[in-house]
Order: sequence, then C-alpha cells, then structure tokens
Amino acid sequence: MDNDNATLIKQACADYDNDPRRMMDILWQVQDKLRCIDGEAMSLIASLTGTYRVEVEGVVSFYAFFSDKRKGDITIRLCDDIIDRHAGAQAVAEAFSGALGIQPGETSTDGAFSLEFTPCIGMCDQAPAALINDVVVTRLTPAKVKSILRTLRKTKDPQTLIGKTGDGANSDPLVQAMVRNNIRQPGPVLLTDVDPEQGLRAALQLSPQEVISHIEESLLRGRGGAGFPTGRKWRLAANTPAEERYVICNADEGEPGTFKDRVLLTEKPDLLFSGMTIAAYAVGARHGILYLRGEYRYLRAYLEETLQRRREQNLLGSGILGRKDFAFDIRIQMGAGAYICGEESSLISSCEGKRGEPKNRPPFPVQSGYLGYPTVVNNVETLSCVPRIMAQGATWFRGMGTTGSSGTKLLSVSGDCARPGIYEVAFGVTLAEILEQAGAQDAAAIVVGGASGQIVGRTEFHRRLCFEDLASAGAIVCFNSSRNILEAAAYYMDFFIEESCGYCTPCRVGNVFLKKGLEKIMHGEGEPEDLDYLRNLSDTIIATSRCGLGHTSPNPILSTMEYFPLVYSAMVKERPGGMQAGFNIQKALDEARIIAKRRSLIYDPAYGDRE
Amino acid sequence: MSTEFEFTVDGETVVAKPGQTIMDACDDAGVYIPRLCDVEGLVPQGSCRVCTVKVNGRTAAACTQPAEPGVVVENDTPQVQGYRRDLVRMLFHEGNHLCPICEASGRCELQAMAYRLGISQDSLYPYLQPVRPVDASHPDIALDTNRCILCGRCIRASRDVDGKNIFEYVGRGIHKRIGVNAENLAASDASIDDYAMSLEVCPVGCIIRKREGFFAPIGQRQFDNKPIGWEIEARHKNRIAVHQIDPSEEQS
Amino acid sequence: MKRKKRIATVSLAGCFGCHMSLLDMDEHILELMELAEFDRSPLTDFKTFSRRCDIGVIEGGCCNEENVHTLQEFRKHCDVLVAVGQCAIMGGLPVMRNAIMHSEDPLRECLEEAYSSSAKVYNPNNQIPNDAALPLLLDKVYTCAEVVKIDYQIPGCPPTGEVLWATLAALIKGEPAPQEYHMIKYD
Repeated sequence: MDNDNATLIKQACADYDNDPRRMMDILWQVQDKLRCIDGEAMSLIASLTGTYRVEVEGVVSFYAFFSDKRKGDITIRLCDDIIDRHAGAQAVAEAFSGALGIQPGETSTDGAFSLEFTPCIGMCDQAPAALINDVVVTRLTPAKVKSILRTLRKTKDPQTLIGKTGDGANSDPLVQAMVRNNIRQPGPVLLTDVDPEQGLRAALQLSPQEVISHIEESLLRGRGGAGFPTGRKWRLAANTPAEERYVICNADEGEPGTFKDRVLLTEKPDLLFSGMTIAAYAVGARHGILYLRGEYRYLRAYLEETLQRRREQNLLGSGILGRKDFAFDIRIQMGAGAYICGEESSLISSCEGKRGEPKNRPPFPVQSGYLGYPTVVNNVETLSCVPRIMAQGATWFRGMGTTGSSGTKLLSVSGDCARPGIYEVAFGVTLAEILEQAGAQDAAAIVVGGASGQIVGRTEFHRRLCFEDLASAGAIVCFNSSRNILEAAAYYMDFFIEESCGYCTPCRVGNVFLKKGLEKIMHGEGEPEDLDYLRNLSDTIIATSRCGLGHTSPNPILSTMEYFPLVYSAMVKERPGGMQAGFNIQKALDEARIIAKRRSLIYDPAYGDRE
Repeated sequence: MSTEFEFTVDGETVVAKPGQTIMDACDDAGVYIPRLCDVEGLVPQGSCRVCTVKVNGRTAAACTQPAEPGVVVENDTPQVQGYRRDLVRMLFHEGNHLCPICEASGRCELQAMAYRLGISQDSLYPYLQPVRPVDASHPDIALDTNRCILCGRCIRASRDVDGKNIFEYVGRGIHKRIGVNAENLAASDASIDDYAMSLEVCPVGCIIRKREGFFAPIGQRQFDNKPIGWEIEARHKNRIAVHQIDPSEEQS
Repeated sequence: MKRKKRIATVSLAGCFGCHMSLLDMDEHILELMELAEFDRSPLTDFKTFSRRCDIGVIEGGCCNEENVHTLQEFRKHCDVLVAVGQCAIMGGLPVMRNAIMHSEDPLRECLEEAYSSSAKVYNPNNQIPNDAALPLLLDKVYTCAEVVKIDYQIPGCPPTGEVLWATLAALIKGEPAPQEYHMIKYD
C-alpha cells in the first residue's frame, strides 16, 4: 500500500479514536477516499482499532455499499425495485450499460465509473431512480442518461447533475436534491404546520414516569410494522437498572415501497429530534443515535446542521430547556446498504460497528441493547408522533384511528396510480378509499407493506389498514391488471435472498429454495405437489427462522397463493408420464454438440437411426 | 439464593437451575435435543436452528432459550422433528456433501443427524452445487469449504478458547462463508494444536487434519453403531431407545 | 398362483458397486427369486424392455445422453422406480464436476482438466475422446430425480446387501420398508 493511502486510513481511524465500535464510520471514510477497502486496508484498520483483519472483512463484506474491489470514482446504483422496473428501469440500465461499456456489477477499466443494481432506495413515487455516489436522480429515461453521463464526464461531480431542486426542504442549501416530497394528503398529526417543540416543553413539565404513562395512554404503537406498544417499550427500558440507556431512531427505511420516513426526515426533522429527546427524558437516556440508511446520505449534512442548531437552541446538550438534570445528545450513524439493519437488534449490531446480524433474544434490546445497555429503538414515524401526543394529549390522539390502532399513519403510495406519494390517514381507512384517492381504481393487486407484507387482490380491497386487519409500515404498491403477479413475488423473493444476513439456516437456504420452486412454476414446469412444497417449506422457514426477516420472507409467495389461487392453478399441471418438465435434454446437450462437432444419435432423430 | 425449578418436555418433568437454557437443562436430564451449531464448551449462538423446540406453543432455539418455570416444551413430536429434517436437508443441499469420499464420514455430525432423524427419502429441494474454494496452504490443516455448514464452532473456538480469532463469518446470505484472518490459512497463525482445529470442533469434514484421515475403520467410527446424542441419553434415569422417525411418515 | 414381480435394473453413471451389493445378499437371493424375477438387467443381459416391469432399480446418475435415454425408458416401463446408492440419489462422485464449474463452458473445462491440462496427464496431442459411438456428455451431471420422478430411494455407497434385500422385499410385498438405525448410511 502506498503511503498516501496508509495516511488516509490512519486519519479515518484517528477521526473515530481508533474505536472499533465506530467501524461503520471508519469504513465509510476509507471507502469514500480509496473507493475500496482491500485486504491491506483491512489489515491496517484492524491493527489500528485492535481488531482482527477477518473481523473487518466480515463487516466490509456484509454491507452492499462497502467493497473489497475498487469501485469507480463515480458509482451509479440503479434502483432495481419492481416499481422501477415497471417504470422503465431496464431501458435506463441498458442506456447506462451501452454508454459506459460495462454491465451492472462492473467497473470501467479507467476506474471512472461503476454500475450496480441496488434494491429500493425509497424513491418509488419518482421511479426509475438511481444513486450516483450520494446524489439521488429520479424519473430517469434513456434520454436523461445521455445528458447525465455528458455532465459527469465533464464535471466528475455528481452534485452538478442537480438542476431544479425538489419542493420543501429538498431545496435547502444543505440538501439540494431533485427529490420531491409528493405530499398528497397532509394530516393532523405529522404533516401539519405546528411548533415542533411544544411537546418537548410539555413533557419536561412532567416526571419521566408521567411521560411514559402519557404515551401508554395514547396507545401509540410502533410504526415500523410490528406495532409494539411504544409506552410499554419505554417502561421496560426505564425499569431496567443501568448506568446508561440509549434511544435509537430507526431510519433504515429499507422495506421496498416505503419512503415516508424520507419525507419526515426532510420536512420534519425537528419533530423527530424532539421526539427522541422526549423518549430520552422518559427512559433516562443521555445518548441517542439516528441510524440513517446509506441510501439517504444526501440528507446527512442537513440533519447534522439541524442537530447543531438544536444544540445552540438548548434543545440538545446539557440542561435542555433549563432542566439542569437533563442532558441528551444525538449522533448520526450511517448504514451502508443492508435491509436487515431495519430489524432492531441488527441495527444495534451495526451501530456497534459489527456485521448487521440480529442478536439472540432474550435479552431484548430494552434489557440489553447497544453496548449492553437498555436501549429503546423506535421508528422515525413513531418518534415523530411523540411530541404531538405530548402537546395535544393522549385523548386527542386516541380520538383518531381505531380502538387497537390510535392516531394516523403515513402511507407511501406508488406504482400504477395517478397520484403517487405520501398520504397521512387515520388508521382504519380501507384500501379501496386509498386507491380512489391515489387514482388507482384499476388496480388489480396491491402490495400492502412491501416485500414482507401481503400481496392482495380485488377481493380484499374492502379491508382496513390498521393493526387489527392489514398491519404494515405503510407501503401501498399498486399493480394494474397488465402486471404479472408471479413476477412481483419472484422479485420480492430475490430481494430477501439478497438481503438475508445468512445467520440461520432456514432463511439463508430456505428462501433460495422457495424462489427456485416459484421459478419452476413460472416456467410452466410445476405440478400440483409443488404448491404443497412451497407451503410446507414456507412453514418451516417461518417457524424456525431467527428474526423477522425469515418470519415474513415467504409472504410474497404465501399471499399470492392465497389471493391469486387461479394464477397458480393455471400454471401447474399433472404429469402422469413421470418425466420432469424442468429437465431439457436439448439444452443439456448443446455444449457437447459444439465440442464433439456432432449431433446426438438418440435425440437428434433426423441424424441417427434410433427413434 | 435462587433455587431449582421445573418444566416439562414432551410431558416429562425436567429440573433446571437458574440461568440454564432449555438445552442445558435437558442435557443434564438425559433428554437429547438435536443440535449442530451448539457444542459443549462454546457459547451457544442459535444459528443452525436444528435445536428448534416449541415452548408454550411457540418455536424457539433450545440452545439459546432460557429455561423458565412451568413452560411446556415439545421436543420429540412429528412437527418439530419435521422442521429439523427440513433444516438438515437444507444443509445437505446447500453445500457439496459427498459422504462416500469424505474423511469425516462416520464421525460427521451432519450425517449422523440425518441418520438419527431417519432421512432416507428425497425431498424436492434442489442441490445448489456451489463452487467453493479449498485452502490446502497450511502444512498441517486443510479447509474444504464445500462441506462447511456455517455452524461457526471454529470461530468461537478460535476466539474464545484459543484467543486467536483465526476465523470469522464474511459475506452475507447464501454467499456467507467462513473467512480466515489472512490471505490464506498458511499466512495466519493457525496451528494444528489449536482447539479450533481439533476433531471436536468442526462437525463436518471442512477442517481437515492432514495425514490423519480415515483413522478409524468402517464399523468403528464414532456414529457407526451409536446414534448422535446417545451419550446424553445415557444420563436419563430410565434409558430410552432412540426414537428414529419412520420415513414412511414423511410420505404421508 | 400370483405372478412373480418383475424387477429391472441398470447402472447409469455408477460404478456397478450397487449391483455388486445386490449380489452380496447371500442366500436371500434365493428368497428374492421366489418373490420376483429379473427382467431387463445386467444380471440377465436383457438390454431392452419387452414387457412392463413392477420395479425398476437405478444405480448411478446421468452424465450422458444414453443415461438419460435409459432412465426415461425405465420410467416408461416400470411402475415403481427405486434410486439406489448416492450416485443415483445425489450424483455421487461424478457430480463433483458440477462444483468445479468456474467458466461459462463447464463441459470443455471438465474435459480439458481430465484429458489435457492436468499436471499428471500425458497427452501430447491433446486428444479428447470423441468417437461417433460415444454418447454425448451432458452439460452437467443430473441426479435421477432431476430427469424423471423417483418413487423410492435407498441411500448408501453402496447400500449393503442386507439393506437392499430388506427394502426390495418390503417393496415387492407392498409393506413399509424397515427403518433401523444401521440401515441408513450415506457411505
């Protein structure tokens, strides 16, 4: 390794006190500067941080945005989500490939460009989209690709691609993104114009116990999808004896089709930070972490500045709003391309500088989380509700929604609809009502909750969006009748295969087998017994997987089998002859024919005399 | 001072000490719960999931699940054994497990587990037949990762017993593998005397001790005559015969 | 008197070890002959099917077109197909070639490794066997179950004569095959 590179690595480690728990930050800095983290870099980082090279390699190889092979100075990550595909991502990919002379997954020989596919980057309402280094480009077309590359070749700076910036804070000097918020329906809780600090001021008038009681009374439940009661989570953490406690905000919005946290982070960061501060006050935490997904790095400077302003305004730091006994601060932890880090214990592993693998439970994070301390992990939307509840009261909040699901929910609507974007609705709204609002009356199938959710058909459009019926993190992906439902299920299975951490057998291996079983059916080679096979395999994966990823990964297949049974039954048929339809003798012989320069005596009938 | 408590496994009462996992308590009582990634002397990690049991109706990994008073555990039931068979089959189909040429055959825990679970018939699982490396650089040790089942026992043994951290997981998902703390094994400070390289640690034939292969003749190998887990079942107050699942059951 | 069951056997990409094992059932072979007769089989040297058989016993997987053709013939002419031994079940030793496929051209790579590029091979003319009478090789080795439906399998390398006798006798009588610890072996 040359001295310059070694110096850069030493600087990166020194910037984080050679602390192995800040491995993510160190690796980001090295990746940014050197465009790769190779074996020598791993060895040096390991020796500086007192870890082992193979541990560093374990972390580097876990995250999609780190690489042990050199990436181009400009890395183009095309969003490969099913919505982007429907919106023409394939043509865009081909345009990039053609113009750069490289295939996705490759780096140009001059080291200038890398082209990659990446799962959902949270821009489904403005697809097809891509990340060019940290810069988001949206609504891509093959024609735009040409001008993008022309600019990049000239300026070598992706930021110069931004012409007209998006609405709201997307135009902030520190954001400067062409991203649009697409807020289609504001609501009374989150997407409304209010003083974000009113709740914090109210909370600090109460004791921490009273704040928790207040949140419990509001019946606020986690907005990340699982719906765990927030107040109970806080109380469990507060009641665990410990010297330190942590509040972590989960902004690793990786569920395909979900982008509402991106809008909250853009438009309402103060509401969120205020919510984290209230949580910290309630549970007795002095430290907070915002875990921001790598795809949203374009928001980082803006969020850092917001934090700095809050420190200056005495909303963070010591003696917050004059409460001498209350000190709290927040740091931002960047993720690096791993869906699994949306799972709270994986997120904690990642914050600790490790591979983003789930931890064994028990102990639960509220008992032993970040660095072994009691830790509350809440979703962006959940924490953003908190100041509003403290300001307006639990009764006000409970007055919206259903008995089991109080308040409002942000929905991320995308796909085949006239008005994709963000809708704030009271819990209990029906799918049909949403589809009408979004202009998706001709929808034939809806993915509720993204890859881990349910793909439902028209018979289910009367169902209500709430924890008692269709629970989800709020993704509503619309497919019209021209879309192939099995293709969507197959895409989501590929997503899970790609994003499984591989820790446990059923999720690592079982999902691959599920996908292969589905492919067999899609190729018209399936038999009725293959449907039982998919069900039984799904049952084992769900029952034996270690975390939520494996508990939900069979959903694309199970829900399409439930709601679109005719699609499957049309694709399978009995084969009484006992031959395997998947075996293709002609294909199996092609290579030998070329090598041997002759045809088959058995299977090329015109050639031989047998058969 | 906390005291012992009881819970039941398949209707039988098992006594547990505070802090024990379900697996610990069952081991002491002579009730065998199948497992691959867990082994005595290393911290449990709950990754292979073969020790899946049902606890009050919900599935959990017995090696990491704390025992609690009064819980009802299902271990040897057709459903639970069915899950285990699926998991063992997944491992067989994930790697390249060629028992006829493997020097671990007969003392391989994966193979022995398949025998114990009565896996003789086909499943619809495809064979993935991955292309995986063999690292024979070290003078005394070879790694044939075709046979690796990612149990991580070598990782924990090297880290927690030898204090060397020679191994760690790298990659993710189906591409996850065991990495070595150097360019190859010869360049690491691995030694044949490490606990991580001992016969007890690698349950399959991935870590190969060179020049020692096939040391036991067929018929005298570890699991030739006694099933895996017999030494735990020998502790049971009334010795029970191994209940091997009848594969005819699988076809139903 | 009830008709004797007809058994057909074949060795595809196998080593005939399973057939040797079949002969290794000692005096049980007499009992087997009471219950069944061998039809198309290397044991009788009948090379084609002249009538339908009850049980087809397959040793070995498929590495060439002839293996595939024979296996398909067995499927057409036998009521029950039994895959015997690791090669028939999961490919066995021949399947090792599937896991060395680094290139886009795996068969060529395999042939070159076997006949020319390998360090221990002396083949100055780089000749790769290619007689018109040789069946074409498949792109990879297929297990029997990838080509046709298999009804039953008897693992082992080879399964012992005792296991083959016990299992075949049960299948002939229509009884469940016995399962004891020592009867399941993969080596």
